[in-house]
Amino acid sequence: MVENLAGENSTVDAPHAQYKSEVRNLSFYYGAFSALKNVNMMLHEKKVTALIGPSGCGKSTFLRCFNRMHDLYPGNRYVGEIILHPDNINILSRDVDPIEVRMRISMVFQKPNPFPKSIYENVAYGLRVRGVRQRAVLDEKVEEALRGAALWDEAKDRLNQPAYNLSGGQQQRLCIARALATDPEILLFDEPTSALDPIATASIEELITDLKDKVTILIVTHNMQQAARVSDYTAYMYLGEIIEFDVTDTIFIKPKNKQTEDYITGRFG
Amino acid sequence: MTQPKRLGYSYRRHLGERFIEALLFLMAFVSVAITIAIVAMLVKESIVFFEHVSLWEFFTDTEWTPLFDNAHYGILPLISGTVVSSSVALLVAIPLGTITAIYLSEFAPFAVREMAKPFLELLGGVPTVVYGYFALLFVTPLLQKIFPELPGFSLLSAGLVMGIMIIPYVSSMAEDAMRAVPMHLREGSYAMGATRFQTAIRVVMPGAFSGIAAAYILGISRAVGETMVVAIAAGMQPNLTWNPMEPAATITAYIVQVSLGDLPHGSIGYQTIFAAGLTLLLLTLIFNIIGHVLRKRYREVY
Repeated sequence: MVENLAGENSTVDAPHAQYKSEVRNLSFYYGAFSALKNVNMMLHEKKVTALIGPSGCGKSTFLRCFNRMHDLYPGNRYVGEIILHPDNINILSRDVDPIEVRMRISMVFQKPNPFPKSIYENVAYGLRVRGVRQRAVLDEKVEEALRGAALWDEAKDRLNQPAYNLSGGQQQRLCIARALATDPEILLFDEPTSALDPIATASIEELITDLKDKVTILIVTHNMQQAARVSDYTAYMYLGEIIEFDVTDTIFIKPKNKQTEDYITGRFG
Repeated sequence: MTQPKRLGYSYRRHLGERFIEALLFLMAFVSVAITIAIVAMLVKESIVFFEHVSLWEFFTDTEWTPLFDNAHYGILPLISGTVVSSSVALLVAIPLGTITAIYLSEFAPFAVREMAKPFLELLGGVPTVVYGYFALLFVTPLLQKIFPELPGFSLLSAGLVMGIMIIPYVSSMAEDAMRAVPMHLREGSYAMGATRFQTAIRVVMPGAFSGIAAAYILGISRAVGETMVVAIAAGMQPNLTWNPMEPAATITAYIVQVSLGDLPHGSIGYQTIFAAGLTLLLLTLIFNIIGHVLRKRYREVY
């Protein structure tokens, strides 16, 4: 499932053109608490990168740096850079508007969180906050997004019904459709299946695999098998640091770091 | 036959439990019983009134002069006074209360919110008689500078002050409802690139709709039932008018006037206050039912 990068075990030296984003010396502080310590890694364009690690290791904190979610709460501080390509801009810079960042980097949350609106309005939300009003444009984008999230067939006859009428798995696919409707460049998934049953989980995983043709994906997961199933690259995090980052197969088959191996094999965590 | 000792039924424990349950039931029943008693009393006394005055006359006569020799018993003037003063109050309280709630719940920094809330609650704690004189002696002269033809007593002045008085009720309930909207809904909105204001208007307010509707209904009930401000500042002459610039009496103001007056108990004039009271009760009941329906219909399932 992973293309062979010409015999290279590590992809760190690959040319920049393949990177959608590069994280350089990123540290993050909740007040005085240092939740991320000097993180360096990259997101490969149109690939799925997974973040694994025990609870509290900073995976979600790291993910939420990418769309500046931490800006919503006082006392948080970023140090370092997340470079977004092709613009080559540090999205953590004070000169960058977090709202602009969130318009390009969408997010799907742990618990399905549809808005108290109709299915249609949920998907159209991102477009509406951008000021799109033309019905034809909205209709087209909503359909495209729902098809992209494999929800169109189930939802097309009840677009005007409240989103809460959908099942949990459908609600999560609706949230994916909502995130897709604005054509994001990166899609962030924060443990998207932890609130879902195995069948719904399988459909979300399948969807993630399909989506990577269109968009770069970063996914946080508690579930190592899930990381192995859906991702091309995997980073193992522990106590706010990236212990090892490599091609998923390498991480799962022959990790270089003892700590990673202990976690993967279940001796730790 | 012997009971198993070790796992036997403890009569003492269960008797205690029964006793507590009965006590709790009694306490809960008291409020229900009082409500029933009030309604029964109003209905009973109103029946006496309606033996003398037909329902038709009560609801169609355009004059309310039960204390005059040529008595008329049309409730419409009192209803119009109530509706006009309440409308003015709600035109003040609903927008300002909602805006305050949005600011406090979605925008205000922690320190500001902690400062502002006690002040708002203080506004709700001022005795209504103080508001009444504030309307009569401060707001009315102020309004007369803008509208020189405004009389000394007016529904406008009473309604405005009543609106200010109701703001804290509306804002605090609406704010509670908005803060109860879970954070993950807001985060979902921010993550889509929405601003704070867009999030507040498009996600938080619909999410808190039933609570906000309940806050408005409470505000309406307060306005309709408010007595002191209108009794002091709106004048006490029943006046069938829809113009807030005129003096008029509300149902509540009329009831105070008569119950404090020297009409003999049992006279038809005295009985009028029960009929008026029943009308008021029905009016607030209608609003409570609307509130209940809205709440059920738009109950959030997060």
